[in-house]
Amino acid sequence: MPRVLLIEDDRAVREGVALGLRRQSHEVAAVPTGEEGMDRLRSFRPDVVVLDLMLPGMSGLDVCRAVRAVDQTLPIIMATARGDDVDIVVGLEAGADDYVVKPVQARVLDARIRAVLRRAGGAAPGDSGLPKIDTYGELAIDRAGLSVTVRNTPVQLAPSELRLLLTLSASPGQVFSRQQLLEAVWEHSYHGDARLVDACVKRLRAKMGDPPREPRYIQTVRGFGYRFASR
Amino acid sequence: MRGAARAQVKGARTPSRVVLRGLRVRLVVAFGLVAALATTTTGALTFREARNGVLQQSQDTVIRQLRTQVSRLATGVGYPPTEDVLRRFAADVALAEPSGTWRVLVTYEGISAASVPGYPFDEVTPAVREAVGSSMATVFQRVRGDGRTSLVVGMSVVFTSAEGTLVPTGIQVFLTVPQTGEQQSVDALVTAIERATASALGVAVLLALFAARGVLRPVRALRRATRSIAEGRLDTRLDVNGSDELADLSHTFNETAAALEQSVAELRGMEARARRFASDVSHELRTPLAAMSAVTDVLDEEAARLDPDTATAVRLISEETVKLARLVEDLMEISRFDAGAAVLHLDEIDLAESIRRTVSSRGWSDAVEARLPGPDELRGRVDPRRLDVVVANLVGNALRHGGRPVRLTLSEGGPHATLRHAVLEVADSGPGIPEDVLPYVFDRFYKSDSARTRTEGSGLGLAITEENVRMHGGTVRAANRPGGGAVFTVELPLRRDESAWENL
Repeated sequence: MPRVLLIEDDRAVREGVALGLRRQSHEVAAVPTGEEGMDRLRSFRPDVVVLDLMLPGMSGLDVCRAVRAVDQTLPIIMATARGDDVDIVVGLEAGADDYVVKPVQARVLDARIRAVLRRAGGAAPGDSGLPKIDTYGELAIDRAGLSVTVRNTPVQLAPSELRLLLTLSASPGQVFSRQQLLEAVWEHSYHGDARLVDACVKRLRAKMGDPPREPRYIQTVRGFGYRFASR
Repeated sequence: MRGAARAQVKGARTPSRVVLRGLRVRLVVAFGLVAALATTTTGALTFREARNGVLQQSQDTVIRQLRTQVSRLATGVGYPPTEDVLRRFAADVALAEPSGTWRVLVTYEGISAASVPGYPFDEVTPAVREAVGSSMATVFQRVRGDGRTSLVVGMSVVFTSAEGTLVPTGIQVFLTVPQTGEQQSVDALVTAIERATASALGVAVLLALFAARGVLRPVRALRRATRSIAEGRLDTRLDVNGSDELADLSHTFNETAAALEQSVAELRGMEARARRFASDVSHELRTPLAAMSAVTDVLDEEAARLDPDTATAVRLISEETVKLARLVEDLMEISRFDAGAAVLHLDEIDLAESIRRTVSSRGWSDAVEARLPGPDELRGRVDPRRLDVVVANLVGNALRHGGRPVRLTLSEGGPHATLRHAVLEVADSGPGIPEDVLPYVFDRFYKSDSARTRTEGSGLGLAITEENVRMHGGTVRAANRPGGGAVFTVELPLRRDESAWENL
């Protein structure tokens, strides 16, 4: 039973979403403010946070950053109103894994939650039969243990970042389009928001110390997408 | 202001030429004509009177002097006179004028004697001689020749008989006086009149130019201001100087411009308020809809366990909530287009693949006959999500309102030679679109029949489609196929001039 921390200021929406998610057999803690959400983080120990971006007091973006400050790996799904385009980009760069646009049906949100949890725990694509640890220069990826080190220092990755790195590095040199990555990593449709991919690549490069101008590992192929450098 | 004026002169070659040909020239010509007419008329009259006065006076003096001299000297002439006597007589008569300009000719029956020997006396024409011979009156004539004017006076010498009648002696006296002084006076008069005319003309032209400037400057300002208004600068106003008709006109112009500016501002304000209202309403509806949408799944699940009436009611609420959410979402999308807040997120993709995914993800693969290029044959830089909306709206519309099969064609082409375009056609096999409806199919909430039942769509689908295509710099149009059925054609440029969107 996944444990979901729901932070939503509107009472009706909060109750409706909580009810809908409980019916989808989630264990839900629903709070109206970011401050309360941060309190419940320790006591409730959620598997995933569903976060409204428009909150009174501590804003959704602030909550997102605060969560990332204490936990690099906890999946965060933003609930936004469409049109808050800038907020979506900022939220993704602050470390959110995915976002949904309100109004959203409970089963759609449920599907997103389960997808992000699969990213966190599920098997990486094509890991069977491969050696457990692949090393690329200073980067080492443990496909079974789902951990990454750079210069022998562990790097804490959020589920989307980990899954993206596993997917790209499973076929070094192969170019993946943003749409392919949306399907493979986020389980979105082909026409999902490509900015999820771009923001995630940016975060991943930052965490691995990969310079964005001349990336060593994840390279941009203009007009096509991304590839993991073969050597 | 200066820059604007220069730009206008540059762009307004024809009007400025018209002005040069027009008012200014006409004013100059009119002023000049009036001045010339006035001065020449006055000059001509003055000249005539002055000239007559001068000449008449000198003529009278000469004739009087001649008569006196002849009367005084004639008694001393022996009769019949000899040529010698006549010559002396002529010389004596000529002495009447001390300056010696008189030339006197005396004749008596074939004998003639002159005061100045050898002087030809061409001025004394046969007509004068005849006139003197036939009458006892004094005859005079003004003769012009060799560039000089001379006064010719002729008279017969007569005596009074005992009976009191006048008897001619047969002696005729002719006098010619060059009228140099008089001619000079007249010439001076003409020169004076010519100078007066010239300076009057000059003053008239200056006055005309001054008057033209006075008229043309406000007219030019008015023209500049009118063009400025036409170009959309509704805050353009004129400086009002003085209180003549042109100042009135400028004042009226300013009032009109102010009224226009106010009306436009009001209209824009109303439009902005209406749009903001639509946007605000959608925003306000979204929060309750978010709560309702979250629980529709609960309603759907429970409906099976409820009694039929309650189940129907519950399902209705669930279904309509979903539709309402979609309608509000479409309204907000339209609001974003209206506010210019819609953003393109361009990405280079395989267009055929994108369209194939749009059709398959909605379960339309069986209903749609797609003719698409092979993998990576047609790649373009578009917003994939907006392209998905365009294709889904057009195909969905064809499936709902047209007849199956729906044919979807993608190819490269279009009318633009310089820019590569993708051409997407969605054709159905239905009855087509009525001709009177065709121009309005992309209008918001347009329904060909006002009583038409509500359909699955929000009524905004085609309007959103058009906006999305336009954002890409493309076009979409609706038509009926000759063989029946409607066809929607989208033309999208494959590349766009873009600087805002840079990938990582």
